[in-house]
Amino acid sequence: MFGKILIANRGEIALRIIRACRTLGVPTVAIHSDIDAAALHVRFADEAVCIGPADPRKSYLNIPQIIAAAEMTGADAVHPGYGFLSENAEFAELCRRCGLTFIGPTPEAMRLWGDKASARETARRHGLPLLPGTGVLKDAAEAAAQAADIGYPIILKAAGGGGGRGIRIVRSPSEITSAFETVTTEAMAGFKNPDIYLEKFIEEPRHIELQILGVEPGRVLVFGERECSLQRRHQKVVEEAPSPVMTPDKRGALGDSCQKALEETGYTSLGTLEFLMDEHGDLFFMEMNTRLQVEHPVTEMITGIDLVESQIRVAAGERVDHPSGRQLELCGHAIECRINAEDPRTFAPWPGLITEYHAPGGRNVRVDSGVHGGIRVPNVYDPLLAKVITHGATRAEAIARMRCALDEFIVGGIRTNILLHKALLRDRDIVAGKLSTRTIERIRF
Amino acid sequence: MNIDLKQIQALLRLLEKRDVTEFEFEDEHVRLRLVRGAPSAAPRETSSHIVVTSPPKPDAAPAASDPTSEFVTSPFVGTFYASPAPGKPPFVATGATVQAGQTLCIIEAMKLMNEIEAEYGAIVEERLVKDGQPVEFGTKLFRVRRL
Repeated sequence: MFGKILIANRGEIALRIIRACRTLGVPTVAIHSDIDAAALHVRFADEAVCIGPADPRKSYLNIPQIIAAAEMTGADAVHPGYGFLSENAEFAELCRRCGLTFIGPTPEAMRLWGDKASARETARRHGLPLLPGTGVLKDAAEAAAQAADIGYPIILKAAGGGGGRGIRIVRSPSEITSAFETVTTEAMAGFKNPDIYLEKFIEEPRHIELQILGVEPGRVLVFGERECSLQRRHQKVVEEAPSPVMTPDKRGALGDSCQKALEETGYTSLGTLEFLMDEHGDLFFMEMNTRLQVEHPVTEMITGIDLVESQIRVAAGERVDHPSGRQLELCGHAIECRINAEDPRTFAPWPGLITEYHAPGGRNVRVDSGVHGGIRVPNVYDPLLAKVITHGATRAEAIARMRCALDEFIVGGIRTNILLHKALLRDRDIVAGKLSTRTIERIRF
Repeated sequence: MNIDLKQIQALLRLLEKRDVTEFEFEDEHVRLRLVRGAPSAAPRETSSHIVVTSPPKPDAAPAASDPTSEFVTSPFVGTFYASPAPGKPPFVATGATVQAGQTLCIIEAMKLMNEIEAEYGAIVEERLVKDGQPVEFGTKLFRVRRL
């Protein structure tokens, strides 16, 4: 086991990692910016090093300073958490060269599975289902032929585009030719690149993701799925496990194919494969996150597995074993609500001083929080304050427990999205398990 | 750790000097908790291996009350060196006048020797760190009086 772990992160996830290190008896080093000097992760770690000013580029993303802090404190491993440097292959590479163990996948695995195009190609080669799509289209006629083949609706995308520009959804054959011409013109004007491709478009997709842990090259454990359909602008708001629409057979088949693909590519450490599910219940691979995820607690609650502790043990070369895939028993249902410092209706960020704070508790209520009363929420980091997770024997029980927990959650002095979560858990469709990535758009309260 | 009265007195003086309000130590033989002044409203049940708990404050350098004093602080994490090489005289002596751009010290990080330069002309009144001491971002290195 490691002699000392440096946590290259902040907020609730830094605390989560410190907790896992304490379970393992490993001393911890917190790194922090100057404005985070009073933060909980600084208080609870065994040692702390201030590495820069508030600007994340000069602190939490400051690779040389983080490595210097590891050297200074004699840390032999670094846990990157999520966000920040967790998917930065160069950082993982540099840690390796400096004799520090990066607690995560290898740089090679991060590049193979972390890059969207490479991941899709790798997934395809290993038989994972992909959203049907094309390469660069020659002309409108080819677009029409391919679209007919794949089936409407389809989405035309500019190969050089991004940020939601250079895309057109086409829902019927009569629109395809003019849509193709419009997008081509837009692409040329916007990105100087007229290349267009198309793929199947799912109107109301569900977001289903699979949690895995590579324990050694060639051996991957599969821990079931999470559903994260309740999102806004690609930011997850509420997550749950298991998905209300996954069956044991679907779960087993999904797990088997992902396990095979990852074992064949020698993936190690935690990872999550993200899929979209269409209205027929078919799953399509989108991308892989080669790191620990925010919503990992819902998986922990239904499997009884400590994912962070397991991840650290794998990195330290220990033998890690858990029931996996079809042998893993999933118990009950768990839901997580992300509590953010933002206006519940406009989503405007709301930094400021937390004057009053009380987190919920009780049986089967878990709170992973990075804040407490008296702390000033900065405006330069992401707005996640805490995660509330509830567990129940059924989904209905977990929801009922979450409603009570949200009622007990006091955060004074700033605005939070607690009212949004309460509205979501009153919505008939959501309570019935009818979810899609567009559900949150329609919520009014 | 075997505690005797002399050690406790020395510890108390140290706590006062560093403006520490609570101190807790625990090993398999002894648990020691010292609290200065009124205890904090919520008794802390922590039994972690934190050695010194002090509220985050700027270093209590003795002459900090002098309003014309300014400080040169470390821009990096690393090791502070007062001289260009072991055995050589320090870059600046106490009382020396430095010009903008003049090297004050070296902070070594990842085998790179970073020369820290004065940003403005000043008199170096006091060096606040020891040669070879690890420093972090914001650690006060020198107390200076700007010219």
